[in-house]
This record gives sequence, structure tokens and C-alpha cells, in this order.
Amino acid sequence: MSDQPLAVEMRGIVKRFPGIVANDEVDFDLRRGEVHALLGENGAGKSTLMNILAGLYQADAGAVNVRGQAMAFGSPRDAIEAGLGMIHQHFTLVPSLTVTENILLGLREPRFRLDLARIDGKVGELAGQTGLAVDPRAKIWQLSVGEQQRVEILKMLYRGATILIMDEPTAVLAPQEIDELFGTLRGMTARGDSIIFISHKLDEVLSIADRITVMRRGKVTAAGVPAAGMTKRELAQLMVGRELLETVDKVVHEPGPPVLQLSGVSATSDRGLTALDDVVLQVRSGEILGLAGVAGNGQSELAEVITGLRPCSGSITVNGRDLANRPVVEAIDAGVAHIPEDRTGTGSAPNLSLTDNLIMKSYRTAPVGHGWTIDGVVARRRAEELKDAYQVAAPSVDTEARLLSGGNLQRLILAREISSEPGLMVAVQPTRGLDVGAIETVHRLLLEQRDRGTAILLISEDLDEILMLADRVVVIYEGHISEPIAADEADIAELGLLMTGSARSPRP
Amino acid sequence: MSAVAPPRRHLLPFAVHAERRLETPRGLGLVTTIAAVIVALLISALLIWLIGGDPISAYAHIVRASLGSVGVLSDTLVKATPLIFTGLACSVAFRMRLWNIGAEGQLMMGAWGASAIVLVGWLPEGTPALVYIPLMMVAGMAAGALWAGIAGWLKARLNVNEIITTLMLVYIAVKWVQFWVFGPWSEGGFQMSERFPREAWLPRLTDYSDVLPDLGGLTVHLGFVFAVIAALLVWYLLSRTRKGYEIRLIGDNPRAARYAGIDIGRTIILVMLISGALAGLAGATEISGAVHRLQDNFSPGYGFTGIIVAFLARFNPIGVVVAAIAFGALILAGREIQPAGIPAMIQGIILFCVIASDVFLRYRVRVVRR
Repeated sequence: MSDQPLAVEMRGIVKRFPGIVANDEVDFDLRRGEVHALLGENGAGKSTLMNILAGLYQADAGAVNVRGQAMAFGSPRDAIEAGLGMIHQHFTLVPSLTVTENILLGLREPRFRLDLARIDGKVGELAGQTGLAVDPRAKIWQLSVGEQQRVEILKMLYRGATILIMDEPTAVLAPQEIDELFGTLRGMTARGDSIIFISHKLDEVLSIADRITVMRRGKVTAAGVPAAGMTKRELAQLMVGRELLETVDKVVHEPGPPVLQLSGVSATSDRGLTALDDVVLQVRSGEILGLAGVAGNGQSELAEVITGLRPCSGSITVNGRDLANRPVVEAIDAGVAHIPEDRTGTGSAPNLSLTDNLIMKSYRTAPVGHGWTIDGVVARRRAEELKDAYQVAAPSVDTEARLLSGGNLQRLILAREISSEPGLMVAVQPTRGLDVGAIETVHRLLLEQRDRGTAILLISEDLDEILMLADRVVVIYEGHISEPIAADEADIAELGLLMTGSARSPRP
Repeated sequence: MSAVAPPRRHLLPFAVHAERRLETPRGLGLVTTIAAVIVALLISALLIWLIGGDPISAYAHIVRASLGSVGVLSDTLVKATPLIFTGLACSVAFRMRLWNIGAEGQLMMGAWGASAIVLVGWLPEGTPALVYIPLMMVAGMAAGALWAGIAGWLKARLNVNEIITTLMLVYIAVKWVQFWVFGPWSEGGFQMSERFPREAWLPRLTDYSDVLPDLGGLTVHLGFVFAVIAALLVWYLLSRTRKGYEIRLIGDNPRAARYAGIDIGRTIILVMLISGALAGLAGATEISGAVHRLQDNFSPGYGFTGIIVAFLARFNPIGVVVAAIAFGALILAGREIQPAGIPAMIQGIILFCVIASDVFLRYRVRVVRR
């Protein structure tokens, strides 16, 4: 096969974003007829690299060859014309249109008259040849997620793509749909198409990939190694690695009585799939329990059931008070603080003032709330105090929240949540997207809370962060939570395996 | 593969750059609104000129016919009264991005409710005004609130689009009033009820002309005072109370509101009830203060004009009073301007310009030379 040109060859790719180097001298190649897995944590630079290949980003340096020819894609259209198709994790389909109509979207043909019946036939033929069974006349909203993904693949094949880039294609699929997808992919490579498979699930990567490239913090840690010779443990090590850590002073002390107790908690995601499956969890006063895991394994849903935002089955108590399926306001009353994953979408009201944002949890009770009314003078004074104490950089407390930087907005949210003197704090990805200084502030504030006796559930994808802050660590994978491990005894490779579903700790 | 782009030809010697504003300066909203109204009046002037009219004398006539003397000013305030109520009804809902566009129907039901107090005949003859008026106002509010509450309940429980339901309920309310004025309450077969007894009239300035002769002919009634009080109360509700805070929070980010523990469904119903009650008062005060009987077509679309008033005021309750008086003047002058469509056209152009001017609040627009 060595005489054949590589399907894709990327050399010395560099891509910088403000503050970070997302791709640092990255090499990557894809042979004809292979599945090449690109493995790495969130933020490792996989998506950036693939977006460069698909024409969505321009590389700052480096060269891209497709089938031996140098390419400089200016737009996704150029990439599609060169036979490259990217399938994103979030589908780009119009729910009210049919399969065929979706496939035609954005194409230059047909020019004017839309002979849908004829094109339905063409699409059906293509679907039959490739084993992507789907009814061309079905409307997208009628299709399962797995079928919608087939439409996305068909869309690319219809455009003549022979190189497919699939960004975490299994993230939204049920297990049997994953098997079907793998069958389809094998059929495609047998016909000579090439596939880049982005994932961070080791089992899947080892079962579908011919070769594996691992990325970590913008660099390649394993370049195109054959999958056959690899073990999950090796991959986990390559993917998670060890880094010099920011050091924090963690006072050792005995945790107090349990504050949060979950038993037998199950819940479904927005899509109706099982997100939490019989979860048992306990967080004690004065400890940080770190919940590690790859995004989308039920972390968001766990935070939502505890804070009352999502219905569930099972029992959730905070200081003995039953909170399962109770309104959010009861969780607030019970002293549950919540640092939400989505700072702008959930944690703040962008067009309201800092004052209005800072009283979101306290406006019901004295001294801010007064029966029916809100004491504007007290609210303002409190807001000013919090703004100073937490160093929220803004001209005044009348400034609209949308004008704050990510770090300042997070400081505002922490100020609000910590000032409620919570018994339990649920912190979801509290440092994602923040710069180093802001990250240190958030870490310091969380540790201060712990030392004051708050029970903290720290949900993070950053394993280093969890190992640095947490007293005990659990891992969530597909809605299951592992047995807790003391943070200082945790083995990073072992955690990596748990995070990728390759090992399951025994349950008593 | 990189191709050299051909040099672009420019049509104009300058370019317009729009940059997102980071901060909206205080008072810019008011300045922009006034500028938008001026631009709208200039566009309208052009159109009047194009159809062969004299824009200056037309505008002078509008001002004279609506604000030129105490008498016409009083008439303007009469027209403004229902507009203040419907403008408030829309503002309080729109603040929450709850699009109650059916204030017209709630106004109809409010008028019907107030009329029912008189026309059902439960109250004996000679019942004093102190009993009549409060009962009529409460009945009007209740009927309007109930009507909007239907749409609120459907939205909160079944997520039915309130734009559709509130609008459809307008047609039902119109037919409902028609049924009563053509049928049970018809006076001698005319499509109107009998005249209400004097005790069911809201006091007017002219009613005191025997004490102060200067007040003779001034038909502005107590409803205007009610409307101004209502504006102050709505302002207080929105800016000083817990509910008002919740309304603003839901309006800006419903997910944050849910996260803050607010029951959005309940708030939707409550705000619809408040909005409907305000629109109901528009009908009750109009019937009791100006029309003095229930009749078909007593509202020239006060409920719909209230939407424009609310937007013109940028949902600010105090601004609603100002905008409503301006629109009251336009409606009043409309009776004397030919062709009769001119004031409606001006209204439309004003709304268009005010909404379009929002872009200047969000963007800083600069003209640069190439």
C-alpha cells in the first residue's frame, strides 16, 4: 500500500488562539481504506486539527496534502469538493424536511426544478449500496438519533466524500446503534473510503480503529500507532498523562457527617436516554468529592437532579431533607449552592445588572427581600460588598452582566453562591474556559469553602484539577458511578480506564 | 490552490461600519426614540407631500386639533386613557417576553364585564356611584384577567403559543359583545345597549361646571387618573417588588430564572392575569367614562394600538403615559385629516422607525471613507 498516496497528510500544523496553542507542530496522516482514531481529552486539540482539515479554520503554519496534492482550503466547500466530509457531534439537519431535502441543502444541483421523486430514488440507491438503511421520504424529526446520523453520513457520500471525519459519533448513540454504526464504517473502508474517528472512549477506539493518534494539550503523544498492539492502560496514560501541577495548600482534616446522600438515583437525558443509572453517592461536610468523567456521561444530569432542575427516581437528601423531585426553591432553602456548567446560559441574566444577578438566590429573604418588595438600597450595598470582596472587575454594580469576562462572571457566580453560606455546593466545570489567574481564584475559594465545613461536589473533566482539590474521587461513566477512592491513593491510569469504561470497580 | 481575489469595486466612496456596543450609555434609549419619531415624521411628511398635501399645514392641523386648546387637550386625554391601560397591559407582559397581543379582546371583555354590572339589573335603581363604579371596575378587571388567563394557562400548562391564543380570543370577545348588544341587551333593536344611569358614569370635569364654569365641555374623566395611578403601580411592581424582579429575570433568561428557583408557569399565569386586568380596565373605563353604554365597535383598536404604545415606550410604564397621549392626539386629529388614513399611516411609520432604531442601541455605527 506504500506506493499509494496517503488520503490525508498533515505536517507541522500550528494553530494559535488567544492565550493558547491549540495545535503545536502536529503531524497526522490517514491511509486509504483505514479507520484512524484521534484520541484525546477535551481541549487536547483534536477538534481544532479536524476543523483545519475540513476548511473551517486556517492553520497558522503547516501543510495539508489530500491524495498527494497540496491543499489550502478557504472554506468547508473547498474541502467538500476535495472529497472531505466532516460529521459534527451536533447534527446539522432541518427537522421538518425530508431526508432527501436535507441531503440537497446547500448543493448547487439541481439548479431550479426540484424533481424530488427522482432524487429520492438516487438517495435510496445510495443508501442501499452503503448499507445506510433510511427512508429518503421520511422527515428528520421522525427518525431516531442513529438514523439521523446515517442521514449525515449519506449527505457527505452524496457530495462525493471519500474521506469522512466523524467527531465523537458515538456520544449520542445507544449501544446497539453504535454496533450498527461500526458495521457501516467497516463496509465503507472495505470499499476504499477512509475515516477519521474522533473519540475519547478507549473501548470503541480499540474495536474500530486500525491506527491511533493520541493528542494531549495540543501535541501528539502517539502518532499513528497500530491499534492491534495497544492496551487500554497505555492509551489512558498517553491521553491523560502527568503534568506539573499548580500547588495548593490543602489542610488535612477529618470530614464531618454526610450532607448529601443519593441512593438508587436514575434519570434520563433530554433525549430520553438513560443518563443516570442507580447512582449511590455521599458527600460529607468539609470534604470535596471529585467526580471525574468524560463529558456527556451524566454529569450535567447529576447536578440537575440534586439542584431540583431535573426529575429523577430514587432518593436525594441534603442534611436529612428529601429533595428528589422537589422544586428548585426547596434546594436553595436547604442550602444547596450551584455553580452551573453554563455560566452565561444558566448562571446569569446577561442584560440585567450585577446587582440583579447577585441577588438571584437571596431576593426572597431578608435583608434583601421584604415581604412583597425588594429593598433596593440593601441589594445594592450587598452587591457592592460582594463585588469588592470577590474582585469582580466592572465599572459599577449597574453594569450589565454580559459585559463581564468569563473569569469575572465566574467570580460573580461564586460570590453569589458562597455568600448564601451553603451546606452543599455543586460545582460543575467551575474552571472551564478560564485563564490561569481565574482558575487559581476558583480553586482557592472552593478550598476555603471546604475548610469552613461545606460539602462540595466538584464535577470536572480536568483530572488534574480533581486530584489537586478533591479528598475523594469517584468516576462517572455512562451514568454509573464508581466506588470512591481517596485522592492521594488514586492512580491516574486506573482513573483513565474508569473514565473510558474499560474497567468497572466492583460494587459491594 | 490559492487564487488571487479580484479587486472589489466599491459603489460608494465610504463604508458603514457597525460595531457591537459594549455598553449602552444612559439616556441613549430616550434620545434614539425621539430621533426615530422625528425621522418618522419626516418620512410621513414626504408621503403627504407626494400625494399632493402640505405636510407643514397638516402637522400644524394635527397639533391644533389635538393639543391646541384646553378643550381638545381634554379630548386627547380621553383617547389616551384606554391607550395607557392597554399600553401597560402589553408592557407588563412584553417585559417577560410574553407576547399578549390580544389586549383588544381583554378590553372587550372588560367592557362587557363592567356593563353586566349595570345591565343585568341586580342593583336596585338609585344605587349610588360609590357602589356602581368600584363594582364596574372590579368586574372589568376580572373579565379581562379571566380572558387573558385562558391564554396564560394554556401557555403555562401546555406550552400553547400565546401569540395565537390571545389573538384568536380577540375575535371571540368581539363576537361575544356583539351577541349581547344585538340580542339580550339590545335597545330597541339597535346594536347597542340602553344608556347607563348617571350613577354608573365615571365623573368628568364637565360634571362640575355648575361650580366652576370653566370646566364646561371638558369630557376628560376619572379613568385618566386611574390610568396614571395604574402606570405608577406597574412601575412599582416591575422595579421594586419581588414579582417584578422575577418578571425581568424570566424576560432576560428563563433558564437563569428556573435556576434561581422561580416557578415560570405560575408567573406566566400571574402576569397574564395582571395584563388582562389592565386591558379590562381600559374597556371598563372607556364604557363607564366616555361611551356610557355597551355598543358594537366602541374601540377603534385601542388594544392593538397599545402594542405600538408599549414598544414606543420601550415597555417603560411612565413612557407608556407619554406615548399614549401622543397616540391619543393622533387618533383625535385623525377625525379631521383628509385622507383619513394619514394618522394611521403616521402611527405605522413611527412604530417602524422606533423598532428599527433599536439597532443604534446595540451597535455603534460609523461612516468611514475608503
